[in-house]
Amino acid sequence: MSLLFAGRHPATRRVALSAGRARWLSRSLVGWGFAGPATALIIGLSIFPAVWAFLISRQKWNGISPAKPIGWLNYQLMAQDPDLFAAVRHTVVFTVLFVPASIFLGMLIAVALNRPIRLVGFYRTCIFIPFVASAAATGILANFVFNPQYGAANSALRVLGLPQQQFLESQSQALLVICLIALWGQVGFSVVVYLAALQDIPKDVVEAARIDGANNRQVFRHVTLPQLGPVTVFTAIWQTITALQLFDLVFTTTRGGPLGATQTIVYYVYSQAFELSKFGYGSAVAYGLFAVTLLITAGMILYSRRSKIEAF
Amino acid sequence: MTRPPTWIRRLPFSPWHLLLMPLALLFALPLVQMVLTAFMPDSDINRFPPRFIPSRLVLSGFADLFAQSSALRWLLNTVIVSAIAVLSHLLLCSMAGYGFARLKFFGRGAGFMVILATIMIPTQLLMIPTYVLFSRIGLIDTLAAAFVPWLASAFGIFLMRQFFLSLPAELEDAARIDGCSPFGVFWRVVLPLARPALATLTVFTLLGSWNDLIWPLIAISNDQLYTIQLGLANFQGTRHTQWSLLMAGNVVATMPLIIAFVVAQRQFVATMSFSGLKG
Repeated sequence: MSLLFAGRHPATRRVALSAGRARWLSRSLVGWGFAGPATALIIGLSIFPAVWAFLISRQKWNGISPAKPIGWLNYQLMAQDPDLFAAVRHTVVFTVLFVPASIFLGMLIAVALNRPIRLVGFYRTCIFIPFVASAAATGILANFVFNPQYGAANSALRVLGLPQQQFLESQSQALLVICLIALWGQVGFSVVVYLAALQDIPKDVVEAARIDGANNRQVFRHVTLPQLGPVTVFTAIWQTITALQLFDLVFTTTRGGPLGATQTIVYYVYSQAFELSKFGYGSAVAYGLFAVTLLITAGMILYSRRSKIEAF
Repeated sequence: MTRPPTWIRRLPFSPWHLLLMPLALLFALPLVQMVLTAFMPDSDINRFPPRFIPSRLVLSGFADLFAQSSALRWLLNTVIVSAIAVLSHLLLCSMAGYGFARLKFFGRGAGFMVILATIMIPTQLLMIPTYVLFSRIGLIDTLAAAFVPWLASAFGIFLMRQFFLSLPAELEDAARIDGCSPFGVFWRVVLPLARPALATLTVFTLLGSWNDLIWPLIAISNDQLYTIQLGLANFQGTRHTQWSLLMAGNVVATMPLIIAFVVAQRQFVATMSFSGLKG
């Protein structure tokens, strides 16, 4: 302690300086003691593999024999790969069906659940539980329900007097059925997010609109809907990313079939890399998907900014 | 003003039930059928048309499942993977989130930027190099391969940091003046206040690690080390028509999370929406 009060002696400046440096050092040690372990894991398991994936995407490599650098050839091959085009087409069709449907259904069900009626808790539980079930279990269950011979779906059609369908075994229906199954599993998420947003809308705004003579439809159109803008942007981005990465459901139902009709981009990456050992080409396709996902997300955020929806 | 038609106004209940009841049944009935089929004798399933309500309840589906597969072992593996994932997430992500939110240290801004930048990287991009990396360090075909990628996540760190930023700092200052060490402040004062955020983190990590399929599929080929999702997905291919057995497997794989959800529903829904609004 005495050193601190020693006045202008030249030695004290050095001591004070090194005391400052010691404090800086100890603060950094404490800080990185907190943040270090998780940061190291993220760098090791995200940054490092992401960079490595880019290097692999410029190689011809089966994971065992020495890698051969081939520049941008994998990316050029992507532009002439009809199987990849088909996978992209299936993914786009799925996304275009799935995202608007999950937003519309989520909003509709949430508005209904926001009414002061009986059984709301029961309804909410029923609609949300499928979200908790894994895609693997959902896929196996779907194989049972949509089985053309004895599945419940065809039984229901028979009761209604409608013709029997092949569902997952039909080239033209399989993707649509997978979309229905995915909606069954994912709508619960949209519902919960919308329900929370609806409950955050201040009651007095709705009251004021009613006093001004607005009917139910006008209140929804001019008061509720604008308030749901930010949460719609969030849900749209979330569900788009979910849709672009569709894999589990396809793996447990059709495995990309029948005749490749449900092959998605991620399924294609999986089969190229881990069934055919084309690590370089698989990485290039994965990078392509990443770039597209980023572009779409950025586009949605820009669009919402321009339309004055303060989502982010 | 438009009014609803007379028949709707004469209903003894709210017209919203006309929308919600069929939808709720549509969502719930497949799961009800899954459970009923798991307890059904084969004769009920194989007749035409198949029964929805079993004529009697039997456990043969479960008996066959446990006799013909290692489903209990897969379930145990999944419990281990998910438990490690959740505990590690809770500890590491909240520590890092606290550090980035509250402590001032060299490299804090850069470190957090690096973590934020990885949030958008999809797992599909990482699986090829991670597979190569894990096989070089001998992790492939071990249970560790399944849980190491789940030890921490950028999303978890971000979530916890945002939560800590919203907490008032006075309590921590008071504890520090009373002589608490930085870790003591974090452990005794900050963490108990962070329950809502920790619950959200638990829900997301549990759902993600319990239900993960693609990564175990790539990283594990020894069937004693399968997770329950991977085990069922592979088992299905060899047992096409044994529906009571397959549905028994589905019950084993989904019921732990479904029961946890029903028991903790209020918390669960609150945390899902909490995360949603934070964007």
